[in-house]
Amino acid sequence: MDKWECQVCGYIYDPEEGDPEGNIAPGTPFEELPDDWVCPLCGVGKEDFKKL
Amino acid sequence: MKPVEIKKDIYWVGVVDWDLRYFHGPSYTTHRGTTYNSYLILDDQVTLVDTVYAPFAGELLERIKKVVDPARIENIVVNHIETDHSGALPEVMKAAPGARIYCTAKAREGLIKHYGGAEWDYRVVKTGQELSTGRRTLSFIEAPMLHWPDSMFTYIREEALLLPNDAFGQHLATSGRFDDQVDNFILMEEAAKYYANILYPLSGLVAKKLKEVEGLNIPIEMIAPSHGVIWRTDPGQIIEAYRRWSGGEWKEKALVVYDTMWGSTETMARYITEGLSAGGVETRLYKLSASDHSDIYKELLETRLLVVGSSTIHRQFISTLSPFLDGLIGLKPLNRLGAAFGAYGWSRGAVKGIEERLAAAGIQLAQESLEILWVPDGKERERCFQWGLALAGLVKEAKA
Repeated sequence: MDKWECQVCGYIYDPEEGDPEGNIAPGTPFEELPDDWVCPLCGVGKEDFKKL
Repeated sequence: MKPVEIKKDIYWVGVVDWDLRYFHGPSYTTHRGTTYNSYLILDDQVTLVDTVYAPFAGELLERIKKVVDPARIENIVVNHIETDHSGALPEVMKAAPGARIYCTAKAREGLIKHYGGAEWDYRVVKTGQELSTGRRTLSFIEAPMLHWPDSMFTYIREEALLLPNDAFGQHLATSGRFDDQVDNFILMEEAAKYYANILYPLSGLVAKKLKEVEGLNIPIEMIAPSHGVIWRTDPGQIIEAYRRWSGGEWKEKALVVYDTMWGSTETMARYITEGLSAGGVETRLYKLSASDHSDIYKELLETRLLVVGSSTIHRQFISTLSPFLDGLIGLKPLNRLGAAFGAYGWSRGAVKGIEERLAAAGIQLAQESLEILWVPDGKERERCFQWGLALAGLVKEAKA
């Protein structure tokens, strides 16, 4: 599973960890994150992420 | 005020804004004003690190002129694009049109969006890149989201001097430029208020960055931030405080924050406070209609328990709680306990609303909420006291 980086603040979404604060379970690939998911660090949407 | 030489040939050329009472719009009260610090480095190449808020551009240029002709500035380091530090940049560029701007990639984008300036000579830098000005070497350390995506620190190796822009700052206008020229209690209080209102939600990153800088093993003899006084006596004092605050450490203290319609919720608040105090927990009481929420956040920075209360009106809490609770959700304080209370007449709603917002701020409810019908009678006042006493027990228990 690929990691994705927020182009605004540098946060890296690691699918192995998920995003517990945003109720995203570990093992969730970036592609399967809900459309309204936002960067837990700076709050921008998925469209501002780039695959690493 | 004259320029102040902070190290040999390095001058503070910023401005003191004695009159500022609100920062970031209305969100942060600055009872003691602030400063916008700009630093001028004389060397083979003259370098300016950060500027000031736009209305003070003239004052900045006048101060620079007392040291050097601004036209001689060859390098401008923009550690952070926020307008209180970059606002004077267009005026400085007019005075020094050939200057190269050293900043992060994000900062370049942001500067162009703020000021136009696409024609300026940008040198985009990353962590580890250096600029030699002659006898001195400026190293750049990117610090994304500390506190904006564009932020970076500049370190001058030969002087063991860190210029971290907003990090380690304080909104504090003073006649002296250094930490030893101001009362230490006031200094740390303003440093705490600054952290609580600006960096609190970024605590995870702060902790990581502190470790990273520690890992670089660079000596730091002086920290010169972009607001407030310069840490020259003991820079370790503020680094240690940041370590504590970013780690979510707390003291056995409580805050009771409330508002009231006809005094019933206020009566509850006072008995709860007495119970907490009887349980050995230092407690401060804040009526929101008489308080400033950015001051309360400062208190919360070292306080374990936040108790919030309101009467129910129109099936909601009183609206004076809203700015406080909404701001709290953004700050996401670490390791705090919460509790909710309030008086009501026929329908309820205030306490439920408070519970929801505390949860959204990541604050864990310590015990069941307390609601009283109409007016607390003698027995119910005792219940309030006991409820506070039980909360004190939970605060103490957690420490052990």
